[in-house]
Amino acid sequence: MRLIVDGKSIDLDVDPDMPLLWALRDIAGVTGPKFGCGVAACGACTVLIDGAPVRSCSLPVGQVAGEVTTIEGIGSRDKLHPVQQAWLEEQVAQCGYCQAGQIMSAVALLDEIDDPTDEEIDQAMGGNLCRCGTYPRIRAAVHKAAQLKLARS
Amino acid sequence: MASIGKIARRTFLIGAAAVAGGVAVGYYHYRKPYPNPLEGELADGEATFNPYVKIDADNTITVIAPRAEMGQGISTTLAAFVAEELEVDLDQVKVEHGPASYAYYNQKMLEEGAGFNFWDESYAAETVRSIMLGVGKMLGLQGTGGSTSTTDGFDRMRQAGAAARMMLVEAAARKFGVAASELTAENASVHHKASGKSATYGELAADAAKLDPPRDVVLKDRSQWKILGKPQKRVDMLDKVTGAPIFGIDVRLPEMLYATVRISPVFGVKPVRSDTGAAAKMPGVVKIVPIDSVYGSGFGVIAENTWAAFQAAEAIDVEWGKPAYPADSDAIMKLIADAAAQGDATVERDDGDVDAAFAGAPADKMIEADYSVPYLSHAPMEPMNCTAQLKDGEMHVWAPNQMPVLVRWFCADIAGVPIDKTHVRTTSMGGAFGRRGELDYAIYAALLAKETGGRPVKVTYTREEDMRHDCYRPASAGRFRARVGDDGLPVAVDMRVAAQNMSVSLMSRWFPSLPGGGPDPSITDGARNQPYTIPNYRVASVQAQVPAIPVSFWRSVGNSVNGFFHESFMDEIAHLGKVDPVEMRRRLMADFPAALAVVNKVAEMSNWGEQLPSGAAKGFAFTLSFGSWVGQVVQIADTPSGIRLEKMWIAADVGTAIDPGIIETQLTGGAIFGLSAAMGQQITFRDGQVEQSNFHDFDAMRIWQAPRFEVAILENFHRMGGVGEVGTPPAAAALANAVFALTGKRIRQLPLNRDVKFA
Repeated sequence: MRLIVDGKSIDLDVDPDMPLLWALRDIAGVTGPKFGCGVAACGACTVLIDGAPVRSCSLPVGQVAGEVTTIEGIGSRDKLHPVQQAWLEEQVAQCGYCQAGQIMSAVALLDEIDDPTDEEIDQAMGGNLCRCGTYPRIRAAVHKAAQLKLARS
Repeated sequence: MASIGKIARRTFLIGAAAVAGGVAVGYYHYRKPYPNPLEGELADGEATFNPYVKIDADNTITVIAPRAEMGQGISTTLAAFVAEELEVDLDQVKVEHGPASYAYYNQKMLEEGAGFNFWDESYAAETVRSIMLGVGKMLGLQGTGGSTSTTDGFDRMRQAGAAARMMLVEAAARKFGVAASELTAENASVHHKASGKSATYGELAADAAKLDPPRDVVLKDRSQWKILGKPQKRVDMLDKVTGAPIFGIDVRLPEMLYATVRISPVFGVKPVRSDTGAAAKMPGVVKIVPIDSVYGSGFGVIAENTWAAFQAAEAIDVEWGKPAYPADSDAIMKLIADAAAQGDATVERDDGDVDAAFAGAPADKMIEADYSVPYLSHAPMEPMNCTAQLKDGEMHVWAPNQMPVLVRWFCADIAGVPIDKTHVRTTSMGGAFGRRGELDYAIYAALLAKETGGRPVKVTYTREEDMRHDCYRPASAGRFRARVGDDGLPVAVDMRVAAQNMSVSLMSRWFPSLPGGGPDPSITDGARNQPYTIPNYRVASVQAQVPAIPVSFWRSVGNSVNGFFHESFMDEIAHLGKVDPVEMRRRLMADFPAALAVVNKVAEMSNWGEQLPSGAAKGFAFTLSFGSWVGQVVQIADTPSGIRLEKMWIAADVGTAIDPGIIETQLTGGAIFGLSAAMGQQITFRDGQVEQSNFHDFDAMRIWQAPRFEVAILENFHRMGGVGEVGTPPAAAALANAVFALTGKRIRQLPLNRDVKFA
């Protein structure tokens, strides 16, 4: 089957029941999305499909209809996405393992709401678990990302 | 495991000799440095000065930060020690974990394990600490734990930076034909102001590394620090916001196979009947192999991808044996509670005459209470995993782990190759919290690497396998009593705490041929060693005999239990004595100025004592752990959907604050870790198996539940403390005390959501 991942077309010879996450990580070599739970309970595997946040660990790759965007496709080390830039400036990550998913959820949130309130952030990010407890800085970084994004547009 | 036993016996015997005979016996070995492990792996153009510094001719400066980066920011702080003295900016250095090596032994882990109170600076305490330092050196145990990495690295890594700088300056002096005293090192170059000559470190490195290291190294005074003492940009942050493949689970190698394990969910038993036939025929499955190890028995499934391995592991038809321990949680907890009530106790603190002080106490001045906490899983976000390759007589291991030297021993032993042909690379870790001090994932990867004909194999646990095969925070029970005087302050406190002996559990996995035993000081850690002056004050530990359930280090270890027990019970005493709980601490901690300052600071920050609107309340708790003095106040509110955590204030005296930004995140993160457990986490058993399996039934705090934080970092005490764990211990008690203030309900059993609902 053929998938568009981070703007690139890739051919995958896999069981269509394989979750998108494992097709990305093991077959396509896109390791940015992380495996945390396998049951859509932690959000570490969050990717965007046509802009909407999806838990890739629980979506069979055969059912993917749309362009997949992962943490590796939103920016580069030299040209960060505003959300990545805000995460860097606020020094959000501790272990960093959940942050690819956190950042993708924040990207989707800011595409929906330009300047979210704390309550809107809490609501949108509730599916993304962080065991290190980076939540206070995530809130600050989403607010900062909103400002960076508005300034760029 | 014969050779492991031999290695262990030898090293432990050396340690024992040092303890018994004094360090002088092993003085030569103690002083002699371990060989520099970087010597053997230099690239063309690279020169190494000591185990912490490599400089390439192209001026690439590599600092080895040989402690597990599991989120606590240690790679940044350790690199900062070297950079400060080397006179380079933090963004000028490349930071690597480096190889597993005795040279990176952690001396502090054993030093504070000697069991003296942190504030005890008596001759006996200092002597034992210095002996333990020698033991740590001789064991060569490279490990991350006990919140020791910063205090352990503080002198050693600054000295390493300074020594390298002095050698570079000396090389420049010879090159320029001037005296070293005329030169200055700055910005990765050495300058001679008078002549305008300068050379980069890269240009000097090859010559400098040939010089003898300086005999005496003078470190900068704190007033000269440019990097230390100020918040730094973390060296790992860019990787972490771009999804870079830095974690163990991200390892990808040519020809790599993927695997998982299915280990008995009943601890300590083997399969009694199994059929792997159908699973082995599933698409993508390469091989299914039986596993029999010190961590458990079951199966390894090798496949073409992780998903195929997961599917096949689930399809194995197997029946497991019966547990040697009580099959259900109620029976296990009763066993532990009975031990607290009646078991043989080891008295760990005994001030005054407790029994006499309770004699004839009037009922209205007495309080007795039974407390308990459940087993807990570590549940780091990155499930256990490890990659191994056994090829051409060499063993290569890529492991997210906290104990590289032990990983190396075990993997060498399993592969049957010498230690020096076994190479362990420690990756970044998606959390650990003590879990990756265990070795199961590495043992399984090494066993499976023998089955792949030289191809590398990456073993990944499902979340279910991870949660049901943890080495858990021990469940614990406490029986407490106190008598208050006419002034409302306690005149006698008597505490008995029971739990499984963690070192016995650990030894049964690591060194089953060695005897384990003796009292386990971690059972009362956080209760026996708190800065309170109470005239009659006894704290005793009891070993609860629960066979086979593996228990281990969970962020803050015994403090995670006793922070809750001790500080909840202090709140009960204050209530009985009709004394404000913060005021009671001020009076009982008067002999400990560092503690008193923390209590006063957090009370001031939180405006303790203010009139709150109805439906809101605050709770206070304090724990001294890992050398840092931490006070917390949490404010909660009753809402239609349950109790909401509104705000938490934290004051912490860490002695010397190396990186205030990282310290703040550790204090808040540690508190969230403790609050998560207090609010809703428990590991329970049915039919000898752990009931919880994933984040739906073992969840942690979510962002909407997280309070706002305000943190104050104090530096009053004259010795530096750790920060990675110290935010956790008081959190549960602060919350339980707030719940009492809000509802009048005293909850003595965690998790709190057994009794109250949280929003």
